[in-house]
Amino acid sequence: MSTLTYAVADSATMLRRQLRHMQRYASMTVMLVGMPITFLLLFVYVFGGTLGAGLGPSGGRAEYVEYVVPGILLLAVTTGAFGPAISVAMDMTEGIVARFKTMAIFRPSVLTGHVLGSLIQTMHSLTVVTGVAVLIGFRPNATPVEWVAVAGVLAAITFALAWLCVAFGLVAKTVEAASNLPQPLVFLPFLGSGFVPTDSMPTWLRWFAEHQPFTPIMETVRGLLLGTAIGDSGVIAVAWCAAIALVGYVWAKRLYNRDPVG
Amino acid sequence: MTTTPTRPAISVTGLRKSFGDKLVLDGIDLEVAQGTVFALLGPNGAGKTTTVNILSTLIGADGGEVRVAGHDVARDPDAVRAAIGVTGQFSAVDKLLTGEENLLLMADLRHVGRREGRRRAAELLERFDLAEAGGKPASTYSGGMLRRLDLAMTLVGDPRIIFLDEPTAGLDPRSRRTMWELIRELVAGGVTIFLTTQYLEEADELADRIALLDHGRLIAEGSPDALKRRIPGGHISLRFAHTGDLEAAADMIGEALRDQEALTLQVPSDGSVKSLRALLDRLDGAAIEVETLSIHTPDLDDVFLTLTGQPDKERELVR
Repeated sequence: MSTLTYAVADSATMLRRQLRHMQRYASMTVMLVGMPITFLLLFVYVFGGTLGAGLGPSGGRAEYVEYVVPGILLLAVTTGAFGPAISVAMDMTEGIVARFKTMAIFRPSVLTGHVLGSLIQTMHSLTVVTGVAVLIGFRPNATPVEWVAVAGVLAAITFALAWLCVAFGLVAKTVEAASNLPQPLVFLPFLGSGFVPTDSMPTWLRWFAEHQPFTPIMETVRGLLLGTAIGDSGVIAVAWCAAIALVGYVWAKRLYNRDPVG
Repeated sequence: MTTTPTRPAISVTGLRKSFGDKLVLDGIDLEVAQGTVFALLGPNGAGKTTTVNILSTLIGADGGEVRVAGHDVARDPDAVRAAIGVTGQFSAVDKLLTGEENLLLMADLRHVGRREGRRRAAELLERFDLAEAGGKPASTYSGGMLRRLDLAMTLVGDPRIIFLDEPTAGLDPRSRRTMWELIRELVAGGVTIFLTTQYLEEADELADRIALLDHGRLIAEGSPDALKRRIPGGHISLRFAHTGDLEAAADMIGEALRDQEALTLQVPSDGSVKSLRALLDRLDGAAIEVETLSIHTPDLDDVFLTLTGQPDKERELVR
């Protein structure tokens, strides 16, 4: 078998291992999908009336459902990113990783297994969240092609954050520390255009909100689902995803290959 | 691969390793012949695990040359990895998977094929007495079962050289015996074993050659018997029925260790029949009655003590 065949075969093996873990450790999966749904219901039914009124003269709860879903989807992506951070950190506390490192396998396959597992898990959770959103009145007008594009953009940011969080899981000394590191990511949809339009924010915050990576991603998703203007958000979103993925991958690989101390 | 029977399975010259400014291995030389058991013996912190980690490609060395299965560990680690199996000190099993799934995972990573993988997994579960527990998650296993599963996972790839880092640390005596049996079976199958242990008895039981590691240096190397011969310390232990006999014997022999309560006397001896006969003749001549007698030959415990010249802190742990 060639190196490439090994790379694919070993990554697939590690992905199967990861999927089994998710089955066995179902409480985490439930937590990862339960959190964005809770926020969806909270923002629509508790804050939605007031926040919706702020969207414009014809605004209300129904309009706010449309507005908030892209933000909730990104929230689901960031909560999903806790998965690889925690599972990688758990792996590192066990001797099994030392065993993998002394076997003639495609070396990054342990990490690709975590990333691909997280991708599958988060895409599932995004499907469930979208389903709940539709049940409570979300009415997108996207064409099938636009749906595919939405899935593509969300998969790209999920993939990128998964690599970043794999690095978090490797750099953390304990599982607890690993579960704290992705915390700031969860706030990014809030400090952007996810829950309220950025022009309602004070100038200094607005500057951050418009230039942080999640805003162009949320604007792209919103445009594809609801037909609002996308502008150059699409290109910027893809660039951010590529940049985060690259940094995460290089960092994770370096951390994984360093000698354990002691 | 060019395999000649005379090529050593493992050869190490001038191996050095430091962590920060702490020197852990200070120039180690050793050679392990194919199909033999080599035991690296030493107390905690002597550098045993570091040696195994370097030899098994887990970490790099600072200096020296290490060849395993004919390949240089620094230049061609994947060729080394393909030939070895490692069972570490801390269980290297996936606790969220069942025993069987752990073995199948190893089979997949060794690319042996689905069907062959299933066959090997079933065979190993049977051989390691895990057939019944094979479907249960490894998190429910006892210490002994985890260790057996760990070794079984190492064997899935049919390695020719196996590293066992303290394979019986923390096991109860029965589980330890079981591990020893399994290790002996492997040796009978022609596998080379590199073992680390802090139990002298274990090295004595299993190894063809033993090297004593202390503070990052090898202080002695040889067969268990050769090492034992290197030191005096043998004695004959005499036990008496009455205090009177003990006193009389002690007076007559002079240089001996007396235990008043146990009614025993330890007489230094080289363990030969000649010296034993001479001693008994003298006791007979004085009409002193000995109840029982035992001959004590020096064990590795004594060797270690003599060579390091200091009481080994781990001696308390030695069973």
